[in-house]
Amino acid sequence: MPEQMVARQDSRETLSFYVTGLILLLVLPLLNVLTPEDSWLHLSDFRLNQFGKFLCFAILALGLDLIWGYCGVLSMGQGVFFGFGAYCMGMYLALQIGKESVYGSELPDFMVWTQVKELPFFWYPFKSFAGAFLGAILVPVLFATIFGFLAFRSRIKGVYFAIITQALAFAAWLVFNRNETRLGGTNGLTDFKQLLGYRLSDPSTQRGLYIITVLALGAAYLFCRWIVASRAGKVLIAIRDSESRVTFSGYTPWMYKLFVFVVSAGLAGLAGMLYVPQVGIITPAQIGVLPSLEVVIWVAVGGRGTLIGAILGAVAVNYGRSVLTNYFPEAWPFILGGLFVVVVTMFPDGLLGMIRKVTERKQTPAPVIKAEGRTAA
Amino acid sequence: MAEQPVASEVVAGAASPIGQALLDIKSEDAAVRSAAAALLIEKGDASLLSALDAIRAEADRATRQAIKPVIDLLKNHANLTSDQSDTRRSAAADLVGTGRPEAIVWLEEAAAKEPVWWVKYTMEESAQLLRLRAEDHTVRVVAVKKLGELRSQNGLSALKELVEAGSQSGATDEQRALADAAHASIGQIDAWFWWADAIETFFRGISLSSILLMMSLGLAIVFGLMGVINMAHGELMMIGAYATFVTQQAFIAWVSPEMFDWYFPVALPVAFLAAAAFGWLLEATVVRFLYGRLLETLLATWGVSLILMQAARVYFGDLTAVIAPQALRGGAQVMVGVYLPYNRIFIILLSIVCVLGIYFLLFRSNLGIRVRSVTQNRNMSACLGIPTRKVDSYTFAFASGLAGIAGWALTMVGNVDPGLGQNYIVDAFMVVVTGGVGKLAGTIWASLGIGGLNKLIEPVTGAVYGKVFILVGVILFLQWRPQGLFAAKGRSADA
Repeated sequence: MPEQMVARQDSRETLSFYVTGLILLLVLPLLNVLTPEDSWLHLSDFRLNQFGKFLCFAILALGLDLIWGYCGVLSMGQGVFFGFGAYCMGMYLALQIGKESVYGSELPDFMVWTQVKELPFFWYPFKSFAGAFLGAILVPVLFATIFGFLAFRSRIKGVYFAIITQALAFAAWLVFNRNETRLGGTNGLTDFKQLLGYRLSDPSTQRGLYIITVLALGAAYLFCRWIVASRAGKVLIAIRDSESRVTFSGYTPWMYKLFVFVVSAGLAGLAGMLYVPQVGIITPAQIGVLPSLEVVIWVAVGGRGTLIGAILGAVAVNYGRSVLTNYFPEAWPFILGGLFVVVVTMFPDGLLGMIRKVTERKQTPAPVIKAEGRTAA
Repeated sequence: MAEQPVASEVVAGAASPIGQALLDIKSEDAAVRSAAAALLIEKGDASLLSALDAIRAEADRATRQAIKPVIDLLKNHANLTSDQSDTRRSAAADLVGTGRPEAIVWLEEAAAKEPVWWVKYTMEESAQLLRLRAEDHTVRVVAVKKLGELRSQNGLSALKELVEAGSQSGATDEQRALADAAHASIGQIDAWFWWADAIETFFRGISLSSILLMMSLGLAIVFGLMGVINMAHGELMMIGAYATFVTQQAFIAWVSPEMFDWYFPVALPVAFLAAAAFGWLLEATVVRFLYGRLLETLLATWGVSLILMQAARVYFGDLTAVIAPQALRGGAQVMVGVYLPYNRIFIILLSIVCVLGIYFLLFRSNLGIRVRSVTQNRNMSACLGIPTRKVDSYTFAFASGLAGIAGWALTMVGNVDPGLGQNYIVDAFMVVVTGGVGKLAGTIWASLGIGGLNKLIEPVTGAVYGKVFILVGVILFLQWRPQGLFAAKGRSADA
């Protein structure tokens, strides 16, 4: 791609970043606070909260896009890292319930009814907000480091890596469902009351959380863009397009992959941490095979290999889901499955790719994801 | 009371001792009652049962108590010579519960004539268990030893009680001798059951392995040949299972009940063809556009699997089950403590047949040589005039049909539900990854390894952590052999 084109595309992206950021950060909350409830401009508390949730998913999608769209490594276990972050924050919130719980015990309710007398040792760090905050980022990061080290060092790649991470998601789902892991079993953690002294049921708290989420998404986006634009980012793209050539040029691809995998896990943890106080519940159903795959479809729909695409895809698919499940609850799996098939076979560059095709028809087409080589051809 | 028709008929046979006893059992006097019961047990037979039942229905509590052991004993005594081996066996087992020494002779007589070893074993075991309650010390010691030789699991609790009694401070010499003998017998029994458990675990492992094998064979062929990861493979299996279910429903609706069991063999081609047709359709409409793009095939077929699962859920609902044909119900008691269900044996045999079939198809047929050449080098094969597109299409359909057969077999071990494929798909993919791409031998060994390991760990850690350990094991294994057990060698190894 010619230099000036990259520059123009960059400046356009920067502009749209600031415009979108402004809308999300100021306009939407103001529409929520200032307009009267019956005005057509009014954004209800529910909608704002829902938007906050979508933006958490957007952070999750950014992480996946970084590793899949830019480095060509499909991780089907992002839900696990999201879950780690979410559970870390959930444990803190569960301990904050305190005496307000149904049984009036200091312990979370599920411990009372599963006959746990004392707080398990691994819950202790989550008594403080700092512990929960650090845990939500560090637990997924550490886990991804170990898992990624083992996987990438032995050159498990492509579809093998995808399958292994899927098995990871499956195993994590099984483990989180158990009661003896002391994480609430199938019911998960819920019924949260307060965060740092702010009532979660209060609309202003939710507004604050929404604004924090927007800021976190912006920071995550800038961080990802910085990585992608850096020299390491170039190597990542090179790995995606031809890993053997990168190896022959003297680089160690697995280290780059490990790095980007760990970053994506950290972002997923951040997303999970922000998700829990806004949604108010975290269960194993959020971290299984299917939720992890849904992240993939968000990115694919939005357009992988473009950071904006990941955000766009996450918000669009989730918005579509919330609308459609209202009207046709049984149809959603059909639509989701159909999206998988249609997007993958017909629109490999997603929504953003379509938009670019329309706007830049006469110029060089947007970068297309290189087809991956046949395994044994 | 004389107005009871059945009882009075017997009584009408004048003052026969049995007739008298039938009257005495209703007596107020406990001693008379028990004497009558003893007489009935000794002299009576199954023809009295209806009369006794009639008496019990009318009688007061004391009489019912007196009559119950009589009925139990007579009924089970009669059942000892039943036509059904299962009835004979359960009769023998039930006789222990009565605790009556009279039953020992019956059991031993029946055991002498018994043709089925397992029934005979139960009769002997029951006889010894009854002997254990005898008064005579030497009889008891012999019974204890015999129970040890029989490896009687049912005797364990009684033997443990004896050891307990012998170890108390006030125990007599006789009790101590009994305890010693019991201790030795318990050791014998425990050692035997350790082995029996090991064999059963091994069998369960093989059985799971063969299910995994049937699933992964199709996956591995498609993966090796076309570089396609078919995530909808589990749902093709589900289609096979539903095809079996539909065939069964058709038989229920249109075919006479005596012919019902034939639905199962009829369902085999139905399941194969249904899944194969669907696979062919899938290949023609989705997969063919994605050749060479591995991750994309994975995602697209996932989408298809979601659609299929939901379609099955909407159309069939959540719980549908297939009734196993008579021949596959029950199981074989191959030795003491080892019971092998027929349906599992059937699946193991079927997987062997499938492997042999695939072997002949791939290595001994015209289509096979084409498939193998396309797997090795697609472009060169095309140059040599092999219609690679057709080969792809047939192979995909065949692999899907194989999944259909797996689904057909799986109806024998579980319900038919939309999540059927999902239960095994993750494990099946682990098998393919561990075995190495497109290698038949790798797939076989890997499914044996993963299936066996799964069942080996399961009793120790529980099913959930077993799965986690398997995942960790596979990851560690891939550290050692990144390309799987049987890696492709040479130039083609590096993709």
